Amino acid sequence: MSEETLAQLAMDFSVLSLIAVGGAITVLPEMHRSVVEVHGWMSGAQFAELFALAQAAPGPNILVVSLIGWKVAGFAGAVVATAAVCGPSCVLTFAVSGVWQRFHGARWRAAVEEGLVPVTVGLMLAGGYLITLSADDSWSAFAITAVTAAVVLVTRIHPLWLFGAAGLIGLAGWV
Amino acid sequence: MSETSSAEIPAPRELFLRFTQVSLAGFGGVMPFARRMLVEERRWLSAEEFTDVLSLCQLLPGPNIVNVAVCVGARYHGVRGALAAFAGLMTAPFFIIIALGALYTEYGHLPAVAALFRGISAAAAGLVVAMGLKMATSRRLRSAMALFAVITFIGIALVRLPLVVFLLGAAPVSVAAALWRAR
Repeated sequence: MSEETLAQLAMDFSVLSLIAVGGAITVLPEMHRSVVEVHGWMSGAQFAELFALAQAAPGPNILVVSLIGWKVAGFAGAVVATAAVCGPSCVLTFAVSGVWQRFHGARWRAAVEEGLVPVTVGLMLAGGYLITLSADDSWSAFAITAVTAAVVLVTRIHPLWLFGAAGLIGLAGWV
Repeated sequence: MSETSSAEIPAPRELFLRFTQVSLAGFGGVMPFARRMLVEERRWLSAEEFTDVLSLCQLLPGPNIVNVAVCVGARYHGVRGALAAFAGLMTAPFFIIIALGALYTEYGHLPAVAALFRGISAAAAGLVVAMGLKMATSRRLRSAMALFAVITFIGIALVRLPLVVFLLGAAPVSVAAALWRAR
């Protein structure tokens, strides 16, 4: 199973790398689809837990992919998944970064940027929706999600404090 | 804050170390820390250059902060610089997260840890919801283009279309609409 799984991880995540418009969080729905729905590598709740772990740790958000790879196929899985999700987009970025300056102020460049913004927003909202459904299975969990979202929207408090508070509420047995 | 970048050319080792520092400081998003390091502390980029690099990195696929590291590294030392910055950004957090994952697998079944994580997972989901809402209410979306955000949400979250299929269909239309609006 292991080599086949590694190949599958490499393929899925390198495709993901090239379609991750707007960054790591926008491919959350697609990761969920691939990992939970298509391959059945883990449950939705486990997926949400790995995502939470990655959010609570330092480093780029994309490291959730390392955790997924690790969960699916151990350390080799983590390395393969991380390399796959970063490799293709890094090569592309490297190639384009040299010529980008030339297109400063080009009309198509502005249109591509403007056209991708709403798609990115839609993907972010879809990610929030799906991860909420995966993470929350009680009214109190939904309440924590809603309050966290509201607090982040109206204050500049560091998310780690909110994670801490939510963890304590969980520890108290209220979720 | 300076408007011009300094003439200093950082060695690959320096790129590696600075990006390691930045990534370890970045809980829940590294970009603000990267900006502070690049623009204000090291002055490797001016504020304007940073904005330009960032807009490219947001436009290209892949994790934005990883793309920024590649761009900045490539600017000074080509492939070697890009690899140094990328490795700096990823290596330390990678091992930290694998260690956390191992701990979680070992102790995750304990009722207390499971309960703790039910709370944290719910909060982490709230963070994503907030990011989405923040972007949705930003100034850049107050136009008919917002329709494409709605279509994307429906296609991905509700219909559960594969992202490749959806993007091939919707992104060209959205970009064409933006071009048409800009006439």
